[in-house]
Amino acid sequence: MNAIVENLPAFVDGFLMTLRLLAVSGVAALVLGTIIATLRVSPVGALRGFAATYTELLRNTPLTLVLFFCAFILPQIGIRLDYVLAATIGLSLYTSPFIAEAIRSGINGISIGQAEAARAIGLSFGQSLRLVILPQAFRMVIPPLINVLIALTKNTSVAAGFAVIELVAVSRQVIQFNGNATIAILVAVAVFYLLITIPLGQAANALERRVRVLR
Amino acid sequence: MSVIADVPGPRARRWSLIASVVGGVLIVAGLVWVIVFLAQPRVNAGGVEVPGMFDPSRLDILLDRAMWRAIGRGLIGTLQMASVAAVLALAFGILLSMMRTAATAWVRVPAIVLIEFFRGMPVLLMMLFVLLVFSTGSYWAGVAALAVYNGAVIGEALRAGIASLPRGQRESALAIGLTPVQARFQIEFPQAFRQMLPIIVAQLVVLLKDTSLAFILGYNELLNVGLRQGPTTFGQQYLFTLFFVVWAVYLAVNLLVSAIARLIARRTSGWHRSGRRGRRADLVAAQLGGAGVAGATAAALPSEFGTPVSPEDAATDG
Repeated sequence: MNAIVENLPAFVDGFLMTLRLLAVSGVAALVLGTIIATLRVSPVGALRGFAATYTELLRNTPLTLVLFFCAFILPQIGIRLDYVLAATIGLSLYTSPFIAEAIRSGINGISIGQAEAARAIGLSFGQSLRLVILPQAFRMVIPPLINVLIALTKNTSVAAGFAVIELVAVSRQVIQFNGNATIAILVAVAVFYLLITIPLGQAANALERRVRVLR
Repeated sequence: MSVIADVPGPRARRWSLIASVVGGVLIVAGLVWVIVFLAQPRVNAGGVEVPGMFDPSRLDILLDRAMWRAIGRGLIGTLQMASVAAVLALAFGILLSMMRTAATAWVRVPAIVLIEFFRGMPVLLMMLFVLLVFSTGSYWAGVAALAVYNGAVIGEALRAGIASLPRGQRESALAIGLTPVQARFQIEFPQAFRQMLPIIVAQLVVLLKDTSLAFILGYNELLNVGLRQGPTTFGQQYLFTLFFVVWAVYLAVNLLVSAIARLIARRTSGWHRSGRRGRRADLVAAQLGGAGVAGATAAALPSEFGTPVSPEDAATDG
């Protein structure tokens, strides 16, 4: 217990870094994922193909490899980033196809009459997407999107392997000097993660229940 | 085709073709730019000029047998961890789903706690926990963490599958005199397993990808052998080339498993629709595999009721 109390500032710093990674790459992945989902349903074949390739490539690449690319390969070709930025970019890229797939499943889940009606009253592709399809799709996909964000929360831990001092990295440092308190330290870190994931999960459950009533 | 784009007329088709060509050209131009950018020689931090990324001095490693042997060793390490963890995760997931759907609160509540806890934990943290607390060595730390985490996810998927079954399945099972346990094992679980099989296989792809986390523990898997030891063995200038070799191997393995998942998804979804009368003929034909129509009704019956006897049956032919 002492080891945790003594190193509390370090843990809080690590927790804040985890939160920062989560927030920044979460927003970036939402934006990127929405763009990819839009491309994926667009009437232009080349864009659909591009989005599909992007999704397949990234979804089948381990996160570790994506982060390795951002942290160690980009500097090789002259793009130098600090490690936090590299991890943020890597996490955003890795998460974006999962967001895109969640949104796309929402778009495909909307009854075809909605799209037909939107087109029948003369809305363009962009308008029907923006005014009719996406608002409904987003509502339907909020629970799966939250699940993606929960996964992202857990994935931020991988950044520990790439010189980012977040929760897991802090725990490893603290354990080095407090080997006798290993279990307590790791449990403390687990509690920090649960502080993020349990509220998110509760939100997903609550929203899922509400959406189910609406349908 | 998605919902939004309805059948295009001639003008829309022309417009779409033009946009497609322009988009394609832009994408190709972007790729060409990236390749030209990569091929340029550049000056590194020490002020020394280094050759471009496609320079022969960087690519000759592709012809090196020792490099491919190393990659093969890494791949074997990855597959060893993934296969053992996958089997354990399936077993653990099935066990958890059984406990989670039990009628007795004493069994159900611990399962809920376990599933929620393990699903909410980063795999890397669990690997570290097993490694440091049980001193198992990196291999078993990786296997145990992956099995527990993915087992919890699979358990939850199976629970959702059981919950999504029509209530009548269980009621009719009880009505014909099966005990609740028999109803669960013989009627509900096989259907749930079948229905959730695509999700389970997709989760196994996640498991396979997550084995790369074990490189942080120092386990000799693909990423560690290829990208950590590779550049020190063969020379730092090969890092870029090695990265693409490792990436290609990961993609090949994962896309293969994903393709199997999609195949299963298509077959099971077809199976679900064919549970209704409409596609019965297709189903019978598929089941007989062209053996003739004589046994058609006999073959159609068990699948009409959709109850393979054991989960193993569902796994092999689902």
